[in-house]
Amino acid sequence: MPRRAAGPSLTNDPSNAPFSSSVSVKGGIAIKAPSVKPSRLSQLFSTSPKSRAEPQTVQGTVQSLSGSSHSSTVAPPISSASLSLPTISLSTATAGNPNMDEPPTTLFQPPSPEEARRLAKQHAQFGPIGHHSHRYSSRHPGGPFPEPIMDEPPYYYLLTTYISYLILIAFGHVRDFFGKRFREENYRHLKPRNGYGALNSDFDNFYVRRLKLRINDCFERPVTGVPGRYITLIDRATDDHNRHFYLTGTTTDTLNLSSYNYLGFAQSEGPCADIAEATLRKYGITSPSTRAETGTQDLHVEVEDLVAKFVGKEASMVFSMGFGTNANIFPALVNKGCLIISDELNHASIRFGARLSGASIAMFRHNDMRDLEAKLREAISQGQPRTHRPWKKILVVVEGLYSMEGSMCNLPGLIELKRRYKYNLFIDEAHSIGAVGPRGRGVCDYFGIDTNEVDVLMGTLTKSFGANGGYIAADKTMIDKLRATNSGVFYGEAPAPAVLAQIMSALRLIQGELVPGQGEERLQRLAFNSRYLRLGLKRLGFIVYGHDDSPIIPVLLFNPAKMPAFSHEMLKRKISVVVVGYPATPLVSSRARFCVSAAHTKEDLDRILTACDEIGNVLQLKFSTGIAGGALPANEELTPPPEMEKAWHRKRTPKVVPPRWPIEDVIRRGVQDVKSPLF
Amino acid sequence: MDIQETQRLLTEYLHELAALFHRVPGSAIFLRYVKSSYQNDPIRSAVELFLFLFAVRYLLAPKYSTKPGVVQLSEDEIDDLVDEWTPEPLVGKPTPLEAMEVDKRTVIVGPVGPKSKLANGRTVMNLGSYNFYNFNTNESLKEKAIQTLRNYGVGPCGPRGFYGTQDVHMKTEADVASFLGTASCIIYAQAFSTISSVIPAFSKRGDIIVADKGVSFAIRKGIQISRSIVRWYEHNDMEDLERVLAKVTKEQARKPLTRRFIITEGLFESYGDMVDLPKIIELKLKYKFRLILDETWSFGVLGRTGRGVTEHQNVDAAEVDMIVGSLAGPLIAGGGFCAGSEEIVHHQRISAAAYTFSAALPALLSTTASATINMLQNSPETVTQLREHTKAMWAQLDPRSDWVYCTSAPENPMMILVLKPEVVHAKKLSEDDQQFLLQDIVDECLANGVLISRLKTLQDNFEPKQVVEPALKVCVTIGLTRKEIEKAGTIIRHAITKVLSKRK
Repeated sequence: MPRRAAGPSLTNDPSNAPFSSSVSVKGGIAIKAPSVKPSRLSQLFSTSPKSRAEPQTVQGTVQSLSGSSHSSTVAPPISSASLSLPTISLSTATAGNPNMDEPPTTLFQPPSPEEARRLAKQHAQFGPIGHHSHRYSSRHPGGPFPEPIMDEPPYYYLLTTYISYLILIAFGHVRDFFGKRFREENYRHLKPRNGYGALNSDFDNFYVRRLKLRINDCFERPVTGVPGRYITLIDRATDDHNRHFYLTGTTTDTLNLSSYNYLGFAQSEGPCADIAEATLRKYGITSPSTRAETGTQDLHVEVEDLVAKFVGKEASMVFSMGFGTNANIFPALVNKGCLIISDELNHASIRFGARLSGASIAMFRHNDMRDLEAKLREAISQGQPRTHRPWKKILVVVEGLYSMEGSMCNLPGLIELKRRYKYNLFIDEAHSIGAVGPRGRGVCDYFGIDTNEVDVLMGTLTKSFGANGGYIAADKTMIDKLRATNSGVFYGEAPAPAVLAQIMSALRLIQGELVPGQGEERLQRLAFNSRYLRLGLKRLGFIVYGHDDSPIIPVLLFNPAKMPAFSHEMLKRKISVVVVGYPATPLVSSRARFCVSAAHTKEDLDRILTACDEIGNVLQLKFSTGIAGGALPANEELTPPPEMEKAWHRKRTPKVVPPRWPIEDVIRRGVQDVKSPLF
Repeated sequence: MDIQETQRLLTEYLHELAALFHRVPGSAIFLRYVKSSYQNDPIRSAVELFLFLFAVRYLLAPKYSTKPGVVQLSEDEIDDLVDEWTPEPLVGKPTPLEAMEVDKRTVIVGPVGPKSKLANGRTVMNLGSYNFYNFNTNESLKEKAIQTLRNYGVGPCGPRGFYGTQDVHMKTEADVASFLGTASCIIYAQAFSTISSVIPAFSKRGDIIVADKGVSFAIRKGIQISRSIVRWYEHNDMEDLERVLAKVTKEQARKPLTRRFIITEGLFESYGDMVDLPKIIELKLKYKFRLILDETWSFGVLGRTGRGVTEHQNVDAAEVDMIVGSLAGPLIAGGGFCAGSEEIVHHQRISAAAYTFSAALPALLSTTASATINMLQNSPETVTQLREHTKAMWAQLDPRSDWVYCTSAPENPMMILVLKPEVVHAKKLSEDDQQFLLQDIVDECLANGVLISRLKTLQDNFEPKQVVEPALKVCVTIGLTRKEIEKAGTIIRHAITKVLSKRK
């Protein structure tokens, strides 16, 4: 665990209250108390039993004690911590010095054991920032939005991928052949029996039974505790080749690259958890009804106003489940005679909702504006099939940030087409809300586009805000109508008060109303971390997909056997990652997906890069050609001055060298290079 | 240049060409093929040549669209059409009923308890929430939830498949399974989304569903998305069910065996009445159908300890293939579950959309569900008490009112009150009229300090349309004393009388 250096950097510490006497000290190292004898005071606190009481009490104690401290000279009680680690203080203040505003000059303050434990827990959920330069503001630099470059591996890897699948399938069939004859009981649910049809189709089940089962231990890993910077896995083992698992009774703390905890709000302490607890105490556990009946509380109204204000729309609705939000909204927007044009990689929930709506569905190639335009022209000119009546409405549905690709939607392109073709635009900001944009307000913020240009903004509250549920934001007239036509309002359970409190406090924190500065820090750290890890991986020679500012970083593995290998190797190095393969991705492009969080520190990312470097060498994963960036600069020493950057890039030799940086160079140059275009 | 010279040159070229041809790899095979296929039969070769030329022509032919009825338009014409096209607004104007719906929304300030404070500052008896056992104000449950919050945070930040499976979820699944007496159980993050994902996970295109005509909206959505063949039977009519089952069996006798399901509810969402489970089990076994039973409204309510309709009607839960229920509502947690055999549960972990593609249930709701199930199991007297209260409320409303009757089962603490047909007939009330009248009754009750609600339903786009009669919904809670319940019942009855007798 990285320890903070000294006095001044303390004020940058995100997990502590900023330097201010009015803010609750919360049992943090009490040198923040405005006193001439800060070191003694803090010693007193950290060892007195009162410091373990409620935060409010601590604050009260701080104030009362700091008031009386300059008259009395309290001898510091000797604790074991202070014996082993003496306090180093440069304070020259005397007891009679009345200057209360002098900043403390303690260089080193040894934490008591409880204090150290508490800090360790806190930092396991949210790492403190290492250096003030580890920040970046995610924002579209202007100009046309570039397509992400999809690098391709040598054909050798594609060929071996296909061969791997062929072998797996062949083996599967051989095993099935014997299994069906000698181990009939394992196939009971796949065969008609006693006049009942087979429960599952044999064909559909083949993939699960023969391919997924082999790597089942990489999925559904049970966890406990907070999915913050670290996540605690519950160890398990299997005796029957991943069919069943038993828990071994131990746990492993791993660095968490798998949760959608973009802004690091998965915390069990800190302002959000405190507010959630207070709300739970006051409001009870749930609101046991639907929103339309009696499930609407003042909290719901407040959160809806806040969400609307945050995303920049007039009104909003919140629901208790993100999947359900999408599944229920489409029937309320479109019906028979309408057309939904959907990106081919849209999430399953959008497909679910679109199918329920009864509207016709067309698809366009992922993020391809030219294909979308062709589809629009065809749809508008041809009208509905057979009758050729014009479509009643055309709804284009895209996601802000695609969770498997790490690519963002081309919003400027979509808006341009929208002006010409008059369609309605629905953006699912499940992953982008909170995660991109200088103010964390999603893709509109990222591109600097007025939210009025988008008709419906949908998003989840599960990911960036560490809560649960989803929202729909639109104009007030639209929301008023939807309140009376959306089935989620009528039949879905209302979100629970504690969840609402988490949303509310997270939003306020991002907006700077709560603990000013911390929200901004989270956003900027996320942006920095995303770019830093992405650049590092590119330089090491991995093929990564997606846009530079996306906190989702898919690393391509290709060969199916590399999925479990990568996952296991990472787990050995105590890093938990998600691996995904067919059918969530195309057959050849199996990948590992990293979800970066603001809770990670640069040291964590360096640890990940080092691990990836080692594993990449062993598993032969470094096959990028360099066209997607990460190439070695022509001359190590020669770095372009920022104002000449473009010209410098143009002058550079067009020959692309596959980047294979040594890990030391990647780490050494990462911070300075991350703020320029990641090429 | 004379003719010999020309001939000589020609033969030279021909030889060269032949030599070149022989040097091409595979030319020997080609020649052998031509020779062997010629077989002194020029017609045969001619046919082969013709076929070859046809194949070349086919491959070189311009592409044509396979879509029928596409009108060829020039770019300018398309531009004109684009300019002319004006879409309808994305959402239309609200109808008067919809406007009223939003206008009259009840907002509770502070906690939801047996007595709740409203936005206008009044405190009323809350008979609108599903807080049957008043667990929501239970301090020990709150403490447990806070403890979970302090250990797990609020959200699990990921789907179950990717590090979202927390130990508390596994415990809740085990708790529900052992409570019901099934082999296994799976929990979802929202009750409403549960069954609409469970049905399509098993029933695919070509499979057969026989469903009750009165099933809930969520079940209808599940059936709609499954694209299976649906046969409906009259609401709760076992003879009709048997007739439909027999008919389906006969129709399908010669076709390959597909999956067949009966789908019904334990306590019906729209009517409140109860299913005849023993009879359905008998029919299901006779005709070899699988049974999907939605216990959203009966789990935690029916039976001696709230195990649901299986306990109430003494049916072994293992006889039901899938029991779907809710952990929201009376259990005051959140999410839904599906209990069944291990194969059934395991299959959903991969193929149920709302499970695979959704974030997991917040840990604090999961532990709350475990805790409330435990409480029900350990204190059956709470369930008995709820039944007593329901009886008391029932006595105030159903037999004594000239205007409404209760369609709910007598054990159901959620009472659905429908206008009597003769009243509707005599006053010539359309469905919208009834909704407005019922809202007047709700307002009148509220003015007298009792919060109830209308039965809120939504029309969907799935055929055949379902007609649910407009109704009032009264939810009994043991947080109120028996006296208060009786008083509230009287207030509701008087409000109904007052509003309806005013109406000409």
